Amino acid sequence: MDSQPPSIAPSHQPVYIVDGARTPFLKARGKPGPFTPVDLAVQCGRPLLMRQGLAPDAFDQVILGCVNVVSDEMNPARVAALRLGMGAEMPAFSVQINCGSGMQSIDTGYRYIRDGGADLILAGGAEALSHAPLLFKQSAVNWFAQLNQARSLPAKLKALSRFRPSLFKPVIGLQRGLTDPIAGLNMGQTAELVAQLFDIQRESADAYALMSHQRLAAAQEGGWLKDEVIPLFDRHGKQYGQDDGVRPDNSIEALSQLKPVFEKPYGQVTAGNSSQITDGASWVILASEQALIKHNLTPLAVIVDSQWSALEPEIMGLGPVLSSTALLQRQGHQLADIDLWEINEAFAAQVLACLEAWQDAAFCKQVLGLDHPLGRLDPARLNIDGGAISLGHPVGTSGNRIVLHLVKALQRHGLRRGIATECIGGGQSGAMLIETL
Amino acid sequence: MTASVLSALAARRMEIGPFSPAELKVSPRRWQHWHLKRDEQNVAWLLMDKADSSANVLSESVLREFSEIIAALKSDMPSALVIRSAKPGSFCVGADISEFRELHTEPDVINKLVEAHLLAQHLVDLSCPTIAIIHGAALGGGLELALCCDYRLAVKGATFGVPEVLLGLHPGLGGTARLPDLIDPLVAMDMMLTGRTIHDAQASQLGLIDQLLEERHIGKAVTAVLDKQITVDRRNLRARPFRLDWVRRLAAWRMRKQADAKVAPQQYPAPQALIKLWERHGNSPDQVLHREIYSFAHLLNTPSSRNLVRVFFLREQLKALGDPGKGRHKPAPVQHVHVIGAGAMGGDIAGWCALQGLRVSLFDTEPKAIGKALSNLTELCRKKHRSAAQTRDILDRLIPDPDNSGVAVADLVLEAVPEDLQLKRQVYAEIEPRMKPDAILATNTSSIALDKLRSGLADAGRLVGIHFFNPVAQMQLVEVVAHSTARSSALERASTFVGQINRLPAPVSSDPGFLVNRALTPYLVEAIGLLDEGLSAEAIDQVAIDFGMPMGPLELADQVGLDICLGVADMLREQLDSNLPEAPEWLRSKVSKGELGRKTGKGIYRWKHGKVQKKYRRKQAPRGTQERLLLPMLNACMACLREKVIDDADQLDGAMIFATGFPPFRGGPMQYAEQLGFDTIEQQLQQLSEKHGPRFTPDAGWTAPGWTAAPDE
Repeated sequence: MDSQPPSIAPSHQPVYIVDGARTPFLKARGKPGPFTPVDLAVQCGRPLLMRQGLAPDAFDQVILGCVNVVSDEMNPARVAALRLGMGAEMPAFSVQINCGSGMQSIDTGYRYIRDGGADLILAGGAEALSHAPLLFKQSAVNWFAQLNQARSLPAKLKALSRFRPSLFKPVIGLQRGLTDPIAGLNMGQTAELVAQLFDIQRESADAYALMSHQRLAAAQEGGWLKDEVIPLFDRHGKQYGQDDGVRPDNSIEALSQLKPVFEKPYGQVTAGNSSQITDGASWVILASEQALIKHNLTPLAVIVDSQWSALEPEIMGLGPVLSSTALLQRQGHQLADIDLWEINEAFAAQVLACLEAWQDAAFCKQVLGLDHPLGRLDPARLNIDGGAISLGHPVGTSGNRIVLHLVKALQRHGLRRGIATECIGGGQSGAMLIETL
Repeated sequence: MTASVLSALAARRMEIGPFSPAELKVSPRRWQHWHLKRDEQNVAWLLMDKADSSANVLSESVLREFSEIIAALKSDMPSALVIRSAKPGSFCVGADISEFRELHTEPDVINKLVEAHLLAQHLVDLSCPTIAIIHGAALGGGLELALCCDYRLAVKGATFGVPEVLLGLHPGLGGTARLPDLIDPLVAMDMMLTGRTIHDAQASQLGLIDQLLEERHIGKAVTAVLDKQITVDRRNLRARPFRLDWVRRLAAWRMRKQADAKVAPQQYPAPQALIKLWERHGNSPDQVLHREIYSFAHLLNTPSSRNLVRVFFLREQLKALGDPGKGRHKPAPVQHVHVIGAGAMGGDIAGWCALQGLRVSLFDTEPKAIGKALSNLTELCRKKHRSAAQTRDILDRLIPDPDNSGVAVADLVLEAVPEDLQLKRQVYAEIEPRMKPDAILATNTSSIALDKLRSGLADAGRLVGIHFFNPVAQMQLVEVVAHSTARSSALERASTFVGQINRLPAPVSSDPGFLVNRALTPYLVEAIGLLDEGLSAEAIDQVAIDFGMPMGPLELADQVGLDICLGVADMLREQLDSNLPEAPEWLRSKVSKGELGRKTGKGIYRWKHGKVQKKYRRKQAPRGTQERLLLPMLNACMACLREKVIDDADQLDGAMIFATGFPPFRGGPMQYAEQLGFDTIEQQLQQLSEKHGPRFTPDAGWTAPGWTAAPDE
């Protein structure tokens, strides 16, 4: 291959974020919520296209991240595209990389447009964790199968006699989904582990969680999310106007009372300093220069670069350090060159461990190969309007939301450069660098 | 892609036996309305394809050709005869009703029917198996034709009905005999008495069809008939008890009771005639076949049926206004409607548009109102038996739009905010610059003149009135209101929009009250006056019901809302020189107390769960009450015609029937007036005005009806 001339590099064209919108994030309250993933995607997609004056069939492609696909909505991207009236001829596919799915959709669209394969793409994330199914145990499935296969009456009776009431104890699908099959650890346990490795104390995790709630409450009060959040209406006319997991009156005292949920009794990760289980959807519109002109669109930001990294599943929470550092180095930036950061708040301890890692000389040298640690990330620049701890973490949506919110937050403050990054269950992470225009 | 894949392939979907789709388009052809060809199994495929028509009807020439074809087949008998429609939409929708109007006497009708019956009998007697393949609607004569075949195979989605009763008739091509002979006679009678349509699965269950299939399996099903693999049980055990006279008499007694409860026999004689036919002769289908001809001929010549046939054409006429531009430049259909104001009217209009397949955005400053519109739409979908998937799609089309961003993408913006001139102008000032250049601005106002509303607009030509009636999902008529500078293309597109949402447009001018409210108000006001004279509300309403109105004027006032009625009456009194009396003080105080009628639970009547609570009253209204109620309405109609509020008497009659339920069997107010005689009306009004005051002053049009003769005034 060496003898061949180098292949011609594809002419990279800039990729713009034109607009975006999401639903309010609705906390799962022990039963299926009023909306499926596609219901959510349709409700925030319709007004988004309308306010940009875009004909639904003007797009080239629809890409949607979704982890817990419900059985009535296989390939939710396509179902959403059709329900949005985007036409029978609209190609649409769904992407799944667990907690990074909503960013994976943007990144895939970004690469298509950058390489000249498309001009206008709707990229989103949708998740209704409240609809996660109850599952039968494997032993129950086997029992059913045996009963079905039994032909003669004695064989049937024999199969029936193997019934045990315990077979019908359901397995909560979500719990299985949040347990890493390789490491055998629950996501909360991975947070316990990174807290230990970087010496994060319960008190600082609780303090971080409190700040998340306070920041979101302030953003809601200030009306800063108005343009980003589109109210939901169910078919009985009930309106859902705001993210409903926020607790503005939260306090350190209340948080410190909570018992650890994953590693009793000595653990430190509680329901209060973890992200919430939530339903929600989010979209962004990606466009090429040509699409901007053709449809008379005003872009908000340009996507500069993106990076995916991976590490051991047990410490998946440290992922953002890897992907963001790679992005910074490739673009020649320091931590401080980035005006605003969105690091998805899977767990308070996990976010704090990432910040510690950047200040940890040994870690930076051994793992990142840096002579000097990257240093301190100014908390005033991080998750300035709250995050998954106060908002909730609809897994397939969060990656999309942090990019969308980063754009809107940079714009609001007249700032230029931002990174959105998330840790991903299974031991990966994604990061995206954007600049406002 | 140049076309949708599925639509490009659509022509291939239909099973047309030995024909190719191109063959059906060839002209000239042997028969004007039919295609006939045999396949390699010697099955004759006969496709009904009435020339110059989108649907098949059994006109005289269609039947004549059919008769020739049957005769030709007899001389060279095929192995089977398959009859189906070449029209993509339906099998056959019945008789050619326009020909009814050319039959002036009973003997005329009888001659016609005898011929048609003979033809049907030839089909029944054909010695080869005959198979009707039905897709879409098979109605009236269309279904009766299928009943003459040995087998009926239906494609999924087919519907069946014998709606002749809606024209004051009963089936006339043997249906009264063959339908009760084939299926449960009680169901057959019910279908004929109500005119209701039944869907494919029901028809299959009833035994009305022998197989229900997908289009792609028709060929195999025909072969299965040839191979005698389809066996059908034609014993019809359910019909057996009704061969006994006393059983039929008992059943007929019940049917009569039910029919009388719905319509008065003097006003609508068809149900009684049908019941009589079956009761007397039901033990012998041949007798019924024979007697059906005379009964039908008699009914067709009753004024009731003549008027109902007329109303059928009035409806067609209004419908045609909603589909203008045949052959000419057709207005672009509306794809997206934006509704401003999610009150009772705006919310329901938005919901109706979504139900009818349009994309709709709904703005209101109050999110609760938008939510209410959504829940109403969910309920409407349930009432209209929409499936879960259909309901989902309908709700997906209604976009809550608290940011009012739909203005910029809509083809038609419909304003339905409260009746306040300043408020409306303010709304227009805000939205007009954001609207698409060719978009229509429509107002649902009922009481503000359009020339006042247009004054602040940069482009006044785009403003039209699109006036819906309450309840939106039930009232078929929509007034399309013109002002002097409205662009004709905008008006035409507005009418097209009304047609798109399956409503009947009535073009009217922007005179106060337009047509319907102006004609209705004097009638409501007179009812209020009678109430003041000591008559009970029940007695007054009963007079109108006896006349044939669906409800009395006072119940109607409660239903519409006393506040709205009062508002319209005040406006008309102010703006028109019509001698409308002042509203009584008690009415104003009721309105100010919030006793507005149905919506508040109390008005003139008490209302419980949306139902009026009437008391039994022994005392009836005195003679002459009917004239006092109705003549003011007729008088206002005449004024509207004379002033050219609406183009002609036909449109007026249609509008009043479809907006107010003016008794269809009377053919509409102007038709009724003509029957009474203009002179008589003028005299009666004169007498009433001497006795009760100037509000009865006869309109000038009664004595000088120049309005019919002068089209260009």
